[in-house]
Amino acid sequence: MEFYRSHVLVCGGSPCVAAGCRAVRVEIERLVREQGLDREVRVVETGCLGPCDQGPIVVVYPEGTVYHRVNMGAAREIVAEHLVKGRPVTRLQYAGELPSVSTADDKRTDYFQIQKRIVLENVGLIDPESIEEYIARDGYLALGTALTNLRPADVIETVKRSGLRGRGGAAFPSGAKLEFTARTESDQKYIICNADEGEPGTFKDRLILEGDPHKVIEGMIIMGYAVGATHGYIYIRGEYYISIERIERAIRQARWLGLLGANLFGSGFNFDIEVKKGAGAYVCGEETALIESIEGKRGIPRRKPPYPGTSGLWGKPTVVNNVETIANIPPIILNGADWYRGFGTSTSPGTKVFTLTGNVNNRGLIEVPMGITLREVIYGIGGGIPDGRSFKMAQTGGTAGGCLAEAHLDMPMDYESMQSAGSALGSGALLIIDDSHCIVDVACSLLHFFAHESCGQCTPCREGTTRLVQIFDKLRQFRATQADLDLAMELATVMLRSSLCALGQSVVVPLGTIMQHFEGEIQAHLHGKCSVGLCHGACDCAEGRPAENV
Amino acid sequence: MTAVPGAACQCDSDFLSQVERIASMYRGKPEDLVLALHDVQALRNYLPREALRVVARVLDVPESRVYGVATFYSMFSTKPRGRHIIRICESAPCHVMGAKEVIDSLLDQLGVEMGGTTADCLFTVEATSCLGVCGVAPALMIDDEVYGNLVPGDLFEILERYK
Amino acid sequence: MSDITLTIDGRTVHAAPGSTILEAARGAGIRIPTLCWHEDLGTPSACRVCVVEIAGMRTLQPACSYPASQGIVVRTNSPIVREARRMAVELILAHHPDDCLSCARNLRCELQQLASDLGIREIRFERVKRGLPRDESSPSIVRDPDKCINCRRCVEACEKIQGVAALSVINRGFDAVVMPAYEDGLMDAVCVMCGQCTLACPTGAIIERDDTARVWEALSDPDRHVVVQTAPAIRASLGEELGLPAGSIVTGKMAAALRRLGFDRVFDTDFAADVTIMEEGHELLQRLGSGGTLPLITSCSPGWIKFIEHFYPELLPHVSTCKSPQQMFGALAKTYYAERAGIDPAKMFVVSIMPCTAKKFEVQRPEMRASGRQDVDVALTTRELGRMLREAGIDLDDSPEEDFDAPLGISTGAAAIFGATGGVMEAALRTVYEVVTGRELPPESLEFHDVRGLQGVKETTVTLNGNCVNVAVAHGLANARRVLDRIRSGQAPWQFVEIMCCPGGCVGGGGQPIGTVMNTRAERAGALYAADRDMELRSSHKNPAVATLYEEYLERPLSKRSHELLHTHYTPRR
Repeated sequence: MEFYRSHVLVCGGSPCVAAGCRAVRVEIERLVREQGLDREVRVVETGCLGPCDQGPIVVVYPEGTVYHRVNMGAAREIVAEHLVKGRPVTRLQYAGELPSVSTADDKRTDYFQIQKRIVLENVGLIDPESIEEYIARDGYLALGTALTNLRPADVIETVKRSGLRGRGGAAFPSGAKLEFTARTESDQKYIICNADEGEPGTFKDRLILEGDPHKVIEGMIIMGYAVGATHGYIYIRGEYYISIERIERAIRQARWLGLLGANLFGSGFNFDIEVKKGAGAYVCGEETALIESIEGKRGIPRRKPPYPGTSGLWGKPTVVNNVETIANIPPIILNGADWYRGFGTSTSPGTKVFTLTGNVNNRGLIEVPMGITLREVIYGIGGGIPDGRSFKMAQTGGTAGGCLAEAHLDMPMDYESMQSAGSALGSGALLIIDDSHCIVDVACSLLHFFAHESCGQCTPCREGTTRLVQIFDKLRQFRATQADLDLAMELATVMLRSSLCALGQSVVVPLGTIMQHFEGEIQAHLHGKCSVGLCHGACDCAEGRPAENV
Repeated sequence: MTAVPGAACQCDSDFLSQVERIASMYRGKPEDLVLALHDVQALRNYLPREALRVVARVLDVPESRVYGVATFYSMFSTKPRGRHIIRICESAPCHVMGAKEVIDSLLDQLGVEMGGTTADCLFTVEATSCLGVCGVAPALMIDDEVYGNLVPGDLFEILERYK
Repeated sequence: MSDITLTIDGRTVHAAPGSTILEAARGAGIRIPTLCWHEDLGTPSACRVCVVEIAGMRTLQPACSYPASQGIVVRTNSPIVREARRMAVELILAHHPDDCLSCARNLRCELQQLASDLGIREIRFERVKRGLPRDESSPSIVRDPDKCINCRRCVEACEKIQGVAALSVINRGFDAVVMPAYEDGLMDAVCVMCGQCTLACPTGAIIERDDTARVWEALSDPDRHVVVQTAPAIRASLGEELGLPAGSIVTGKMAAALRRLGFDRVFDTDFAADVTIMEEGHELLQRLGSGGTLPLITSCSPGWIKFIEHFYPELLPHVSTCKSPQQMFGALAKTYYAERAGIDPAKMFVVSIMPCTAKKFEVQRPEMRASGRQDVDVALTTRELGRMLREAGIDLDDSPEEDFDAPLGISTGAAAIFGATGGVMEAALRTVYEVVTGRELPPESLEFHDVRGLQGVKETTVTLNGNCVNVAVAHGLANARRVLDRIRSGQAPWQFVEIMCCPGGCVGGGGQPIGTVMNTRAERAGALYAADRDMELRSSHKNPAVATLYEEYLERPLSKRSHELLHTHYTPRR
């Protein structure tokens, strides 16, 4: 094995790609070659390092120096100074710290210790395109253990005891889900990895797939073994080009090493995985819509019962799990249920990956134990609200999550507390909004999303989502009445009770919490007042007549 | 929607034989319809009816269902589009980070409405739901490249790269 | 066996295992309103009108699909159920035109009925119309997508029952609507014009093309000699269209009512059905004898013909060259009848009353001009004739029983059963048996029960002079596909196959009364079999008027003139 004196990790997560990291990496590689250092310095494109708003991020080992917002000029400086002369460029260094970067003389701050990486343990540290690096960090060891030392029932029992719950939003106990399908007799069963991450503000699954694809593959194989499935599908959003590329490469590598295919670890167990691309439909994140889409149809949810656990893909028992849930499986099998229960709270064990977005200083990907408070996330990890603004609301769990006000800042983030506040952890999206925003404008944005993404199958959602947009557009134009608002709440409540799937059912969550926590501001709009001043005459609806009074 | 002169499908035999070749990789596999449509759309950035007809025949799926699928997913278009597809996110995380100003500026610079195609058929602008790069919101995607941390001033230079 | 017990609205209800809450409730006389649900189609559970409250469940559940489970406590009229149900209907109405009074389905619309039942008096949302164009491209079916409520019953009927799939939901969300591929007109789609979608549609979004104005105009023209023919199935369904119970036979009253409407001659397609048996029976014997393409498949059903032209054109040589009875009648009316009666065929106007929307397409086919002009001028459906009689104030109940006119009104029981699936096969077997064996079938052997009934594909074997003839009968084009796939694979054991486009055969045709379901199809078929039993003559070759036709005009079955007038050819449409 070749020895390099320095490793340069260039973050290749999608947010950094969006910030231009690829050109930076190419430039560093070119300069390293030009300097004749290519046998001494290895440049690696790695997975997400976390602080996405600081991208492109470059880390130089063994020092663990983190550079942020690296442009072409900075790249040249880093090569010339740090790599050639061994002098870190202090001016370009990131003041914050990266959870993934640990060095011998680790001076961890309190803020940074909040994070705990289980799912993301390898993300940002390994080359996601190298199966060897994954294996070097105990990759596929859990699979080997499961196949050679554990019975399927033991695997299920461990997952059950770990208390792991689905990380896609519904929080269904993962072990029970496996057990259900394991007990269903069938000639064929399937494991589906739901990587149709469409919840606005959520990009954790993308960064897991991009940063540590083999962990997902390993988790799927273990689940297949547990329930007796031999075939898996990974359903990825069509827009996630890099994720698709990385996971497809990882599957090829795993097949090549015999980690996918027939007779894995000589156990007689066979398993293989196929990637299916979505094509732009949020509702395909709903498991039965996803199954329809894999079958090549319009992605409209099926009625339940029957549930996929007994009748899913092609009518066969199917376990559908979110990427993050699956990525929890190998560490749980490797380290045991008790180890896992050492993190988080007793009812919500383990960690949760969040994506922090909106009006907050540090935006990006974090993994924290369950039960951390919103305040710790926003003012600790998030570094507070920028531009001297103050906190107005946080939406947890994505567009379908609740909108929380200042009073909720000290509430612990776990399944139960969130539920009691009318919200949900959901997908792990945390959208922070400052006081420069009008709540009606925010509501309009959320409602437009639902109307755009409603599949059109059931009446309440197909018709109701658009009707809510109409009512709130009226409110934004100061044309709405109390009767309109009452109708909106009645409609949203009916949608909760009688929509066919969670999309229509959950519209009431953001809407109800907004109506409840921001009642004064909503009421002001009935009287022609927008406290932020955004709504007067600023209506962008074609049919709206301008507001008369401000 | 802006008219798209010259971008109308010239469904010549060469094009249709390419479609046939792509569709044949999924022959008799109706479950791969979405994948086949992705691949076929890559040829012309949209799905002309002649192409859908070939896909329907080769995969053995009714044309009505192929059309139903093609109109369901937002990444597919049955109408001609420009050479580059700009997908701009208007979900809440981008919205609160100033997406509206970026969108207005983009549409203004290109002289189109949302969903429209520029007169030179170079760009089609489409609103999209979350692109999953909210850490660098507001964001847009041109073809398969994502651009983040946008302010209206960035657009000119980005668009220039595609001209 | 009732071994599930549940509580619905405080009453203990017993249900068979596997039944839905809706079925359990109906069994107990509890009516739960529905809209997208249809008893013969799948349960999309999409409209959310039938939602009910189940104790302990977070959300309401659709009664049409939720299993009646042991011990559950269901409420069908609780405040939240009523609120949800009314909201669903209000939302649909707000996105639907309010032109009920001039809608073809006025008073026969399930949405209108539901709004009335629920007492919806106010629509609190802005009324929005899709503003999509009406599709009038097809001679058979008119679509008005603005009236579509996305119940998908038409999609289901077209795809699952008929195996055609001309329709699909397109777009999504508020813009979702049912359309043919590429949003083309039905004329450019693979539509076979069967009209099963018009029976499935709960509203006026898909209706038959109304051709009554042209018939009224002809009837009021003193220079026109207007003749009418009625298909076998009409006598078993017209009464139902006009309010009589399903399965009422109204042959004599119908003839009288048609005369009162002003038709100059009231004839019967049954006459042509007997002619069809003569031609097709001999075609079968010829193919059996000369090594022709087998199995021979019947050709009476124009929806079926268009189907095979679209989907299995390579099997067209199997299809009998015989025209349908409607077209045989038209050709004979404007030649044989016109000559005998001394009427200028140019002044004749031939109207047919059909259970079928595809007949409207068939009359316009370019091959159907054997007389030198369009042989049948207008095909009306059962529903359109009902409309004419209502407009004219003719009460079927009050009408006397009258006979059809001679000679094209004389027929046998074999022709009557053409209207039910298996009827053509049975009629053909009666004649072929007697022609081949020279022996008369004893009355108890006249009925071939193996080919009767609503089973999708029926098979039987008949021995003719020691030779076995295997036959099959299929109705509904999805069943036809099963038969055709076997023929295509070379595995089919049959010599003769009957295929009818619509489920149940013509009694279940797309032009039949709104509300046609499997049960009513069975009732109508039963009525036709009863009519057959009451007939003096029950085999086509015994029809004296048919015998005269051959003696005086056609010479013999499959003669040159027969071929000119009564046979046709087909057009691959793939």
